[in-house]
Amino acid sequence: MPVTTIAGREIDVDAEGFLTKPEQWDEALAETLAANIGITLTDAHWVPIHFLRKDFETQKETATLRRVSTVGGIPVKELFALFPGKPAKKMSYIAGLQKPKGCV
Amino acid sequence: MQTLLILGGGTAGTMIANKLSSRLARSDWRVIVVDKDDIHDYQPGYLFIPFGINTPEQVRRSMHTFLAEGVELVMGEVDVVEPDAKLVRLEGGREIGYDYLVIATGTTPRPDQTPGMLGDEWHKSVNEFYTFEGALALRDALRRFEGGRLVMHITELPIKCPVAPLEFVMLADDYLRERGLRERTEIVYVTPLDGAFTKPVASRELGHHLEQRHIQVEPDFMIESVDQERKVIVSYDEREVAYDLLVTVPLNMGADFVARSGLGDELNYVPVDKHTMRSTAYGTIFALGDAGNLPTSKAGSVAHFSVEIFVENFLQLVAGKPMTHSFDGHANCFVESGGGKALLLDFNYDTEPLTGTFPLPKVGPMSLLKESRANHLGKLAFRHIYWNILLPGRPMPLPAAMSMSGKNVE
Repeated sequence: MPVTTIAGREIDVDAEGFLTKPEQWDEALAETLAANIGITLTDAHWVPIHFLRKDFETQKETATLRRVSTVGGIPVKELFALFPGKPAKKMSYIAGLQKPKGCV
Repeated sequence: MQTLLILGGGTAGTMIANKLSSRLARSDWRVIVVDKDDIHDYQPGYLFIPFGINTPEQVRRSMHTFLAEGVELVMGEVDVVEPDAKLVRLEGGREIGYDYLVIATGTTPRPDQTPGMLGDEWHKSVNEFYTFEGALALRDALRRFEGGRLVMHITELPIKCPVAPLEFVMLADDYLRERGLRERTEIVYVTPLDGAFTKPVASRELGHHLEQRHIQVEPDFMIESVDQERKVIVSYDEREVAYDLLVTVPLNMGADFVARSGLGDELNYVPVDKHTMRSTAYGTIFALGDAGNLPTSKAGSVAHFSVEIFVENFLQLVAGKPMTHSFDGHANCFVESGGGKALLLDFNYDTEPLTGTFPLPKVGPMSLLKESRANHLGKLAFRHIYWNILLPGRPMPLPAAMSMSGKNVE
């Protein structure tokens, strides 16, 4: 797995740039990751990002959009507004988690 | 006298009942299975029914004929589990007490959870193949199909047998070509994920399969509703995909009694320890098969391998010993790719599907992540293995733990 330097730190990422070691993440890094994909984080963005981080601690998997909506209480439409086009992928990238995956 | 109560007589429930009834002392243990009816279907066969590869008769049997002598079968709908009282209430008022409870009531497609999915066109132009009735209706719909847009759609993960939608589009490509309809048909694969393949090695090895077959992929599609009148599915970001024949995988959910009993997550799956399948809330409850929230595929192979681990652990537990067996998330899945060929996947929690041979290095005879005739024959043979070896609880020559032997490490 490649190692890249983000915000002056060495970070382990996969071929698509998703963090492979979630423990290397912090909020400062999230700001940089968000900027990489053209998003400036506001309070509204932080709610689902924090939900994803907290959920991952117990579930060991990245929450699906439906889970962010039903358990995290953030409507899917709002997630599309905050992270246009690909909310599942963009949120997990900024949160330092793997994107939701299938089995292949 | 102690009671092991098993809710659900599907793959996991039947295997557990049969394996444990022969290994727990009859004088000390009652083994009871509760199910709503006496039907046991070979569910992998559903996918084959629409294409006429399996007949309905080949996939359906009587549940009780597969339960070992001494296992009690109770017909009834579960109303609620009362974990503190160690009691299950059935609809109609019957109560069954237990010492240990296994929840093995699986996962069910829930078209009611997406606005517009159920309606006049349900099982006509809007189809699914995860139920016996749905597979038959889709067989008839495909027979009537004269070309147009065939849309395969996945609502949200997790779903039972997550490779089945891929198999469906590849088999449909084959079927329509044979009927001379392929030129007149667009096949579209609609997924909430960012592609049909999401794991690096599988994407690289299999990505071309859909392209070669001219199957279009519509990624990142979160369905909001189905408009049966205009024949479109609509996403939350207001994209529309038009269909003439829609084949959808509705939202999958665990049984409603799991939610009523306060034992489930937001999709009614029982949160369990991923290595022991034991409820994280109650030490006397386990969830096996598709009913738990294991972070691996909801698949028959996972049910099979995790049952092997559970049975050994359970015997230790009731003997007052620590449970020393640990499930690794092992799944082993055949993927039909049409033309009498299939692919094979073998993976677990930590290892993604890799290339190589299975089960033996170099000689196989089956190949991993690669189309072959041997894989297809393996899949066809498995129906007989299921009825005659797996369900009765006879030993299978396949270890529960995944092996790296034969796999190409990257």
